[in-house]
Amino acid sequence: MAAVSGALPRWLQRPTTYSGLWGWVVTVDHKRIGVMYGVTAFAFFLVGGIEAVTMRLQLATPANTLVNPDTFSQLFSMHALTMIFLAIMPLSAAFFNIIIPLQIGARDVAFPRLNALSYWVFLFGGLLLNAGWLFGRSPGAGWFAYSNLTSGPFSPGSGMDYYVLGLLVLGTASMAAGFNFVVTIINMRAPGMTLMRMPLFTWMTLVTSFLLVLAMPVITVALIELGFDRFAGTNFFRPEGGGDPILWQHLFWVFGHPEVYILILPAMGIVSEVLPTFSRKPLFGYPVVVLSGVFIGFMGWAVWSHHMFTVGLGPIANATFAITTMFIALPTGVKVFSWIATMWGGSIEFKTAMLFAIGFIVLFIIGGLSGVSHASPPADAQQQDTYYIVAHIHYVLFGGSIFGLFSGMYYWFPKATGHLLHEGLGKLHFWLAFIGMNITFAPMHWLGLDGMPRRIYTYNSNMGWDFWNLVATAGSLLIAVSTLVFLWNVFTTMRKEKDAPADPWDGRTLEWSISSPPPIYNFRTIPNVYARDAFWHQKYVEGSDGRPRPVPTGGATAHSEGHEAAESPHDIHMPGLSYFPIILALGLALTAAGIMIHLAVVAAGVLITFFGIYGWAFEPADPE
Amino acid sequence: MIHASSPAHPAPVETTTGLNNRKLLMWIFLGSDCMFFGSLIATYLLYRGKSLVGPYAHEVFNIPYTSISAFVLLMSSLTMVLALSAIHRGDMRGLKVWLLATALLGTVFVGGQYFEFTTFVNEGLTLKTNLFGTTLFVLTGFHGAHVTVGIIILLSFYLVAARGRLKPEQHLNIELAGLYWHFVDVVWIVIFTVVYLTETPNIVT
Amino acid sequence: MAMNHTAPTSERAHPTPARYTAIALILAVITVVEVAIVYTKFLQPVLIPLLLVLSATKFAMVAMFFMHLRFDNRLFSVMFVGGLLLALAVIIALMTLFGVFFA
Ligand SMILES: [Cu+2]
Repeated sequence: MAAVSGALPRWLQRPTTYSGLWGWVVTVDHKRIGVMYGVTAFAFFLVGGIEAVTMRLQLATPANTLVNPDTFSQLFSMHALTMIFLAIMPLSAAFFNIIIPLQIGARDVAFPRLNALSYWVFLFGGLLLNAGWLFGRSPGAGWFAYSNLTSGPFSPGSGMDYYVLGLLVLGTASMAAGFNFVVTIINMRAPGMTLMRMPLFTWMTLVTSFLLVLAMPVITVALIELGFDRFAGTNFFRPEGGGDPILWQHLFWVFGHPEVYILILPAMGIVSEVLPTFSRKPLFGYPVVVLSGVFIGFMGWAVWSHHMFTVGLGPIANATFAITTMFIALPTGVKVFSWIATMWGGSIEFKTAMLFAIGFIVLFIIGGLSGVSHASPPADAQQQDTYYIVAHIHYVLFGGSIFGLFSGMYYWFPKATGHLLHEGLGKLHFWLAFIGMNITFAPMHWLGLDGMPRRIYTYNSNMGWDFWNLVATAGSLLIAVSTLVFLWNVFTTMRKEKDAPADPWDGRTLEWSISSPPPIYNFRTIPNVYARDAFWHQKYVEGSDGRPRPVPTGGATAHSEGHEAAESPHDIHMPGLSYFPIILALGLALTAAGIMIHLAVVAAGVLITFFGIYGWAFEPADPE
Repeated sequence: MIHASSPAHPAPVETTTGLNNRKLLMWIFLGSDCMFFGSLIATYLLYRGKSLVGPYAHEVFNIPYTSISAFVLLMSSLTMVLALSAIHRGDMRGLKVWLLATALLGTVFVGGQYFEFTTFVNEGLTLKTNLFGTTLFVLTGFHGAHVTVGIIILLSFYLVAARGRLKPEQHLNIELAGLYWHFVDVVWIVIFTVVYLTETPNIVT
Repeated sequence: MAMNHTAPTSERAHPTPARYTAIALILAVITVVEVAIVYTKFLQPVLIPLLLVLSATKFAMVAMFFMHLRFDNRLFSVMFVGGLLLALAVIIALMTLFGVFFA
């Protein structure tokens, strides 16, 4: 808002602390916010993992009584919600934050305070969604919470209230991040970085951000309507009042399918960076990979009813959505071929990041193929609500998204922290995760085709499901061990001295041109970009044999630094720190929580929100 | 979202496209808000005529009354754009007058909506009565909430301007507030037609 | 970024207050026409298409002139119209699926 001049009360001054815990609370630095996103999301990933292992232990043997059916419902609901909204999405956001400004040659995102706000709102939303474990009960109607299971009589107590309000708050965080990264990528690119010179990860982030911005409002409306049904007794999804529960399914999946791409596109972007680096070849068919990503972003809006083939929408609707769904497999297939062709003939280095990227391709192909198998309505009618679907989504989201994200963690960890993760432990992590993942989820294909329904808390031993369930449980423990190996790797690495060079992998993109970790202002001089794989072309020229040859020393930096007068770090203007993102986030979360608690809490929340907004608007640009 | 950027950065960085970051943000936000109102309007249209019990739309709607409301909001778009025109000319007095006029017209609209809602309730239509009540109140209520936020933004800028702290160079603030305000107006153009005017086969009997 | 207002590509000459008032007058007239045709019996068969065209005209005029999309950079239009068309597509698709058009 308006710039206010003149002396201000002390509390309105910009904070100046960069150090200690307080420095993190008031930070607007995209790298720090990215680290906070990463750490928080990984903590939630562990919570979701504990929920998963608990379910697997319950299902290890028939007629087991480790947890009761009610708890089991809450476990599978919260496992999905946690992994989707609190682990994969924010882990992707961690990479957006840490990497995007570095890849496009910017000093920060377009709106640093909005960025901090996204993080704090995400954190408070995540805590609100999980608060049911401590107060009352957790949501127990699955992550897609079909009506009218979610109405008062069928979901008594506060469980679904946490779902409605938690997801509303989290949606705000996602939209804020989406707005920020669309503007950042469109408007903050270094000179010369045209759209078709952008790194693939930046491209996929742009598509994902557009999907967030356009898809989150739909689920917001659905949640508002569900909230009105629960809190105000309206009729949106209540058949006794004339409401149609199928409307919830439509609104949910209009959001839900773009959401699937929100979960997978960032991982695809990461893999598209890692494969060329460790194959020492440019990405094969870059324009085609970009366009197929954009095409997926568009087509993702035209397939949602494939989640509803068994609802009875009629043959015309089912046929239409079956065709669009089979069609959307094409651009995905194109990407897979591009990745394989990138490795073809490359001098491949099997670092941990590369192993996870290759693992991603293998597992994603399996998940993609089982996905195509339920693009056909008659086949889907057999598979719907069975463990076959569970197998499919875990091949896509664990084998796909999570493997892609782990690849990114090993790849960019030195850039973010200055520490190189241990390769031996990394490879152990990979093989344990890869084997564990297949032992866990491959048997679910047979279990599903054998008729085992998903979401049941137990089964009788005469169904013939005992053996594969036990195998799956064993696999899940292996995955748990692999995650502990990763944690141990991070823990021991962080205790050592910072040893990461600026460019440990001989990278291709701009983030490798600056130190690890980068200085607060990232680039001393904003680089000029002359080609795709900008940093690679600073380091190498093409020799007469067509092979890359290093640029002689001194010439390497000619484009970026050297000749142009580098700004002194003191002259670089960085955005001021701010208290208000966390205050505003607190206000929003309190307002949402108050709806469950008491009107007075809502009022307090609104007051804090107003205070946050006005403080935000009127705080001076710089500390005085 | 108006306030979303750092206010008075020396802004040494030229943007890639030459477009202002905050303005781009506002347009993306409005594109996103289209999906928000689109989903609400979709719900209204899907449930249109599916109420199990009355009162029904044609029994409670007062088209002349709502037409005047719609007219008031439409004219507030004119005063809004005149406010922007004033600050572009450096006419700060004009700016304050037109900002206040816009906020006033907006308040008349919201007040009218409050009165309309009260009338509906008196005629037996509440949030819970039937699908019509549920979808109508939630759709128009969220629009009214948008208008209210707009009024608060306009009054805030009025106060800042009245204290002499808004400079003509800061016209982007007014432009962005205006974009939001006009968007709220066009949403009502849609709602007025789709929700109110199409109920007419029952009016002309 | 607040001061950075002279983006060269983004601002052509804005209309004058007189021009704005004229546009508002046209909008007011269209609104009167809308309400009038609602009460005109012989137009009832084409009422809904007629109303949709008129309100789309109003929508477009406000967006183009009051929101300056006509004079501004095309990227702004892309951002807004993109969301608008997607919303429209979702509404029409849902209405088709719910059998609103041919029950
Ligand atoms: Cu889908």
